[in-house]
Amino acid sequence: MDARAIEILTESFWPILKAGLCYTIPLTLIAFVLGTLLAALVAIVRVSKVPVLNKICELYVWIIRGTPLLVQLFLVFFGLPKVGIVIEPMPAGIMVFSISIGAYSSEIFRAAILSIPKGQWEAAMALGMSYPQQLIRIILPQAFKIALPPLFNSFISLVKDTSLAANITIPEMLLTTQRITARNYEPLLMYIEVGFIYLLFCTVLNFVQTKMEERLMLTPDEKKKIQKINDAQA
Amino acid sequence: MLKIEKLNKYFGDNHVLKDISLDIETKKTTVIIGSSGSGKSTLLRCINLLETPNSGVINLDGTELDFSKKIPGNVKKSFTKRTGMVFQSFNLFPHKTALENIIEGPVVVLKKDKKTAIDEAMELLRRVGLEDKRDSYPNQLSGGQQQRIAIARALAMKPEVLLFDEPTSALDPELGAEVLGLIKELSKEDYTIIIVTHNMSFAREVSDEVVFVEKGEILAKGSYDDLTAMHNERITQFLSYLD
Ligand SMILES: Nc1ncnc2c1ncn2[C@@H]1O[C@H](COP(=O)(O)OP(=O)(O)OP(=O)(O)O)[C@@H](O)[C@H]1O
Ligand SMILES: [Mg+2]
Repeated sequence: MDARAIEILTESFWPILKAGLCYTIPLTLIAFVLGTLLAALVAIVRVSKVPVLNKICELYVWIIRGTPLLVQLFLVFFGLPKVGIVIEPMPAGIMVFSISIGAYSSEIFRAAILSIPKGQWEAAMALGMSYPQQLIRIILPQAFKIALPPLFNSFISLVKDTSLAANITIPEMLLTTQRITARNYEPLLMYIEVGFIYLLFCTVLNFVQTKMEERLMLTPDEKKKIQKINDAQA
Repeated sequence: MLKIEKLNKYFGDNHVLKDISLDIETKKTTVIIGSSGSGKSTLLRCINLLETPNSGVINLDGTELDFSKKIPGNVKKSFTKRTGMVFQSFNLFPHKTALENIIEGPVVVLKKDKKTAIDEAMELLRRVGLEDKRDSYPNQLSGGQQQRIAIARALAMKPEVLLFDEPTSALDPELGAEVLGLIKELSKEDYTIIIVTHNMSFAREVSDEVVFVEKGEILAKGSYDDLTAMHNERITQFLSYLD
């Protein structure tokens, strides 16, 4: 590698990483937290078959999972201003990614809740617990343990998916890379570099995931259920 | 007394309980027998309202539920609270320790304070011989131990009627024996107990009354000896099949 290449890489490394720390990571974290809360609510509504709301949630999941994320981003960022709704790039990004995670992860929660044996509901019911008590005290703690590894997978995917936000002018890692490339005309080097930084992020997260799963002390039965949910998500 | 009158239960087109009428006397032990699919579990589950009958009346010491009318949720719940159920597959809460399993109902449903609930739970743990397992999780216990904890969990609610649905069918004979021993002791005390079982020698030992269910109807009832002396072809056939 020649000196110029090394100089380009070292010079651009910090600006890209900084874009990661200031945009990619906050965008991922905020959208993940909001999206996961939304997902839990949607899953509870659907499992509990709350009238009307259940149908609305079903429709929501169907639409979000059936359309490209990029189209959703464009619709909100470029489309909505046509009807007078102008949203800044970062809030628009957070909104779209949260809504997306909400739909996908609701299926994770739902599958996790449905994987809890009927006998658990019945044992809680036989004690005279109300439906919310059964759900909150008995079912959700067990379901959450099963949902955690698949949720973590969707978190890792989200880190990568936020690169789509480059298209709506959020200066996250990819857009920052594109801008630097426009000046130095070294797309090969630059995209290898940004790819490497994403790889770094994901590798760290994979490591955290492995540690977390060890600490969960999953039973073989729970592992099987998790595998099933992961397969369904893929 | 638990009075069941003309109870009917359908699963779709499947008429599972047909006009069942049955009186269960307080402090007595009633054993329900019958072939697979005859509706024994369904009958038990109707008594604690895990299933809602389509019609009929259940009356527990003056509290009457008439299933031809819509019964409000809170009425159902307060009825269920007065019964305790022990399942074939234990159904302990795997994310809670033995002690936590036992105090869950008293604390959450009966709103007892935690200290009282724990004291009572420890008493029950001693009762079922598992004092040293208070902090064990269900997956750290043998099947027999799990079922004894499940019995303690049911007893903690101080139910007026205790329901057992094949409590030892998931256990090998040795572990089953320790559970049967415990139930036998309970049956000598003041509990009102209804047990579904296929274990006839156990039925003979514990029962005050045996109820033979066939295709959703009560074909015969009486003491164990009455039943065997009836020379009813179907019952004789059933009993010989079990031996
Ligand atoms: N939740 C359900 N939905 C539909 N059908 C059911 C349901 N539960 C039971 N049944 C049907 O009701 C009938 C009686 O079942 P039940 O479980 O009460 O029989 P059982 O006498 O307990 O049999 P076993 O000795 O095998 O436990 C069976 O035909 C069964 O298929
Ligand atoms: Mg049964």
